[in-house]
Amino acid sequence: MAKLELLQTLTGHKGIVWNVSWHPNGKVFASCGEDKVIKLWSKEGESWVVKTVLVDGHQRTIREVAWSPCGNFLASASFDGTTAIWDKKSGQFECNATLEGHENEVKSVAWSPSGQLLATCGRDKSVWVWEVAGDDEYVCEAVLNAHNQDVKKIAWQPSSDVLASASYDNTVKMYKEDQLDSDWTCIGTLKSHESTVWSLAFDKTGKRLATCSDDRTVKIWHEYDSENQEGVIVSEQDSKWKCVCTLSGYHTRCIYDITWCHVTGLIATACGDDIIRVFKETEDSDPNAPSFDLICTKLDAHSQDVNCVKWNPLGNNELISCSDGGEIKTWKLIDE
Amino acid sequence: MTKIADNVNPNVYEKGSAREITFTERDEDITDEIDEREIFDLIRNINDPEHPLTLEELRVVEEKNVFIDNNQNLVRVYFTPTIPHCSMATLIGLSIRVQLLRSLPSRFKVTVEVSEGTHMSEHAVNKQLADKERVAAALENNNLVQIINQCVANS
Repeated sequence: MAKLELLQTLTGHKGIVWNVSWHPNGKVFASCGEDKVIKLWSKEGESWVVKTVLVDGHQRTIREVAWSPCGNFLASASFDGTTAIWDKKSGQFECNATLEGHENEVKSVAWSPSGQLLATCGRDKSVWVWEVAGDDEYVCEAVLNAHNQDVKKIAWQPSSDVLASASYDNTVKMYKEDQLDSDWTCIGTLKSHESTVWSLAFDKTGKRLATCSDDRTVKIWHEYDSENQEGVIVSEQDSKWKCVCTLSGYHTRCIYDITWCHVTGLIATACGDDIIRVFKETEDSDPNAPSFDLICTKLDAHSQDVNCVKWNPLGNNELISCSDGGEIKTWKLIDE
Repeated sequence: MTKIADNVNPNVYEKGSAREITFTERDEDITDEIDEREIFDLIRNINDPEHPLTLEELRVVEEKNVFIDNNQNLVRVYFTPTIPHCSMATLIGLSIRVQLLRSLPSRFKVTVEVSEGTHMSEHAVNKQLADKERVAAALENNNLVQIINQCVANS
């Protein structure tokens, strides 16, 4: 078993804190929420302090922030229907581009691994793919209308330009650009959850995806390509995603977020029951029917719903979480 | 509102009596937990969006449909639309949610749902009311907040 040791409680945001995002160097993170500001935190000695506050970028709640893989750009998705891109070219952080087009709330934003593409999704049921066309220039490459409800979250496969989206319509969809006509299309629908899929996270190989839902389960999906040895039938498309594991009975309320560490392989979840849980794949786990153990349950991690959890990209077992109660907490997972 | 109400002639019921304050409640030294009746009192005087009547008078809310578990910090309220195709169901549910959100301590997890079998889009209405992100976005809509505030003004 392991335990989550609280390192620090960070306050300062007013109202709900929706999201936190690690800078790729693991030494800085950004946070955002209902108060329409973005805070950038870094360490002074042993404690995290606010270094920069980004204001006036958005008129409404900031739902998510995401660093580009190079760490030079920060994107913020807002209920005001826009996505802002911030950078430090002038010496201090400022918003140098605003992506407009969604009809209403933008719920999520994510950079592709190359940093050349950006995806956004929202309440208007669409997923947009943007190309970085030059200095502060972003061109819309595709508007994908595969979902028939609110799109909650998007994530890129870690080493290719395949995009995944999670929706209020209970499904997850995958998209890819067709090399022949450079058209973006939906290449797969992952059906199994019985309610809203709130978040999703790829493992380091990108061949597996973890999703979490209002149905109180976590699901692990495995990608089978057309030459798979397991005999999974792959028709028409390049690959097929299959649900190979369902973690049920662990969460007592909606699961709002999930994070899969690319170094340690540990999975952590943020739940509406105020608890943070950590899962570890068992030693003898079969890749086609994997099993995971719950290795840590942090009761009352926050005083209200936990909205987001993120492992430090350095793989040092450091975790950040944030909550409806307005606080951010940093944790360290320690083996017992 | 210029729109004709969905249910032009709803049944109207009598209001219940005021709650009796018990002896132990007056005693500052005794801790008394929030009970069903207190939750009911918070929502019974919410106005219907279409009629100059309270949710209690329309039997949209009833004390027997309020549940609280103080140990688990759970509050669950079922409401009953006056007719099965009531287009105001989501708005009524939202008003109940907002009223409880504003008046109860933040430790409570509040669930507001349509009473089983009383609305055609029961599942869709429940899902929307349970989605805190959509509720948060709705509460940033000034027009909507104004309507909700009018509904909860007298409670």
